[in-house]
Amino acid sequence: MKNPADSIIQCGDMAFQLKDEVVSLISFVGDVTAALWEGIRHPKRLRWKDFLFYMNTCGPDGVPITIMISALMGVVLAYQAEVQSHKYGADNFLPMVIGCTILRELGPLMVAIVATGRSGSAFAAEIGTMKISEELDALRTMGIRPTRFLVVPKMWAMLFMLPLLTVIGDFVGCAGGYMVMRSELGMPLDVFLRLTRQGVAVKYFIEGVLKSVVFAYIITMTGCWRGFRTGSDAIAVGRSTTSAVVTSILFIVLTDAFLAKLFTVFYGWQG
Amino acid sequence: MADNNAANPAPAAIEVRDLSIGYGSRVVLDNLNFRIEPGQIVTILGGSGCGKSTLLKHIIGLYKPLRGDILINGRSIVTADEQEKRSIMSEFGVAYQGGALFRSLNLAENIALPMEELTNWTRAEIRKRVSEKLALVHLNGFEKYMPSDLSGGMIKRAAFARALALDPKLLFFDEPSAGLDPLTSDMLDKVILEIREKTHATIMMVTHELPSIFRVSDRVIMLSAEKKGIVDDGSPAYLRDHSADEYVRTFLSRGGTYKSNSTEPDHA
Repeated sequence: MKNPADSIIQCGDMAFQLKDEVVSLISFVGDVTAALWEGIRHPKRLRWKDFLFYMNTCGPDGVPITIMISALMGVVLAYQAEVQSHKYGADNFLPMVIGCTILRELGPLMVAIVATGRSGSAFAAEIGTMKISEELDALRTMGIRPTRFLVVPKMWAMLFMLPLLTVIGDFVGCAGGYMVMRSELGMPLDVFLRLTRQGVAVKYFIEGVLKSVVFAYIITMTGCWRGFRTGSDAIAVGRSTTSAVVTSILFIVLTDAFLAKLFTVFYGWQG
Repeated sequence: MADNNAANPAPAAIEVRDLSIGYGSRVVLDNLNFRIEPGQIVTILGGSGCGKSTLLKHIIGLYKPLRGDILINGRSIVTADEQEKRSIMSEFGVAYQGGALFRSLNLAENIALPMEELTNWTRAEIRKRVSEKLALVHLNGFEKYMPSDLSGGMIKRAAFARALALDPKLLFFDEPSAGLDPLTSDMLDKVILEIREKTHATIMMVTHELPSIFRVSDRVIMLSAEKKGIVDDGSPAYLRDHSADEYVRTFLSRGGTYKSNSTEPDHA
């Protein structure tokens, strides 16, 4: 039987570990934010070649999977909503439900989750591998700040590309929803568009894009932070990668919940 | 053991004072004191796990010691703030065990990196200096090669070239010939001696490749895991033949009867 004292010691260790993690994250966020600000003040110091490379890997390379996931998400959402709303004769509300849900919530959220799996994990693996092969130490001993060298190009690339992917995801998601409306209810395109325009305000689209900017910051920050925290054993990079994805998704969902409330308060109850 | 702490008005290239290092509460090396004078090639030697690489990483400012101080050209790297630390670090070059070349950059870009980031030199000047550094390590013509296209020995030499990028007067080599065949190892030793001859840099190495030590080192600082400190300090041949410590004599004798780079009894 486990000794109660061991459990208390274990709790204490976990509390200290958590404190270390929180302090490390805060310090990392501060360091990266300072490096980003330095990049704004001295754009010439940005590593443009790396920035363009990451623009490509975070953006165009991620378009096919974004399109596939978003389209399927639109299809599933439309099917589920159609089954329920048909019972109450509320089919005309479906384009509004699909549009609002995708533009405000599911579009930015699903695209961010896909980007976490693709880019966030890649950032953690890349930086973790560099740590193990002493490349981070090499940067430090050259007098170069690793955050400016490694994180800033990734951050700017994500801040530019994730909103664009979100716009693509929004469009394709709504198109997926329309395919179901068309096949199940025989709804013509002009009717779908008119009903969508009636129920979906431009501000919902802007809300989703703004959320994606925040998510881009979270994905890059978490992925790189986990990379920098990589240990030195053989499975450390794998652990960092998994941890980057899990932590990032947790932060994204928490932030999404907070932003959902914030925007609702901002719009007022009239929406 | 030689007294390396005798009063000396000129600042040493490296001075370690009452240094204790370790992880958490575990002390690996305790109360170390030594000075390395400019122009020397000094090897930190010891059995596996005695803390050689850990000591090197403390001296180059990557880790904070438990106690004590480390002075690089008279400036403390332990108490320096981030800005001063970067300034101290810009005075030395480090070649890591695995090379630590950036895999996304080719050889020329790797060597040019510190020049681009830390100086205002023009592109033409940087190109010229990169060629000079590559020539120094006999890698001319490999500018466009990626690190993955290079052999182990070439990676080590490229790492030397990058360490030399800003013409430092102090160089640190971590296990420079580890994992290399004897001929490549010989070649690296020649490169190290050529670097010293052409740049007059102070070189501190961590290794337990005895042939290399006898070929290039002026002085050996021998560490012991059991004693958690320095067991002897002097020229490799002198320590092999005359050290008061049997462990040191036995350890160095395993290298055979290599002719030492130094004929002095003690370079400390």
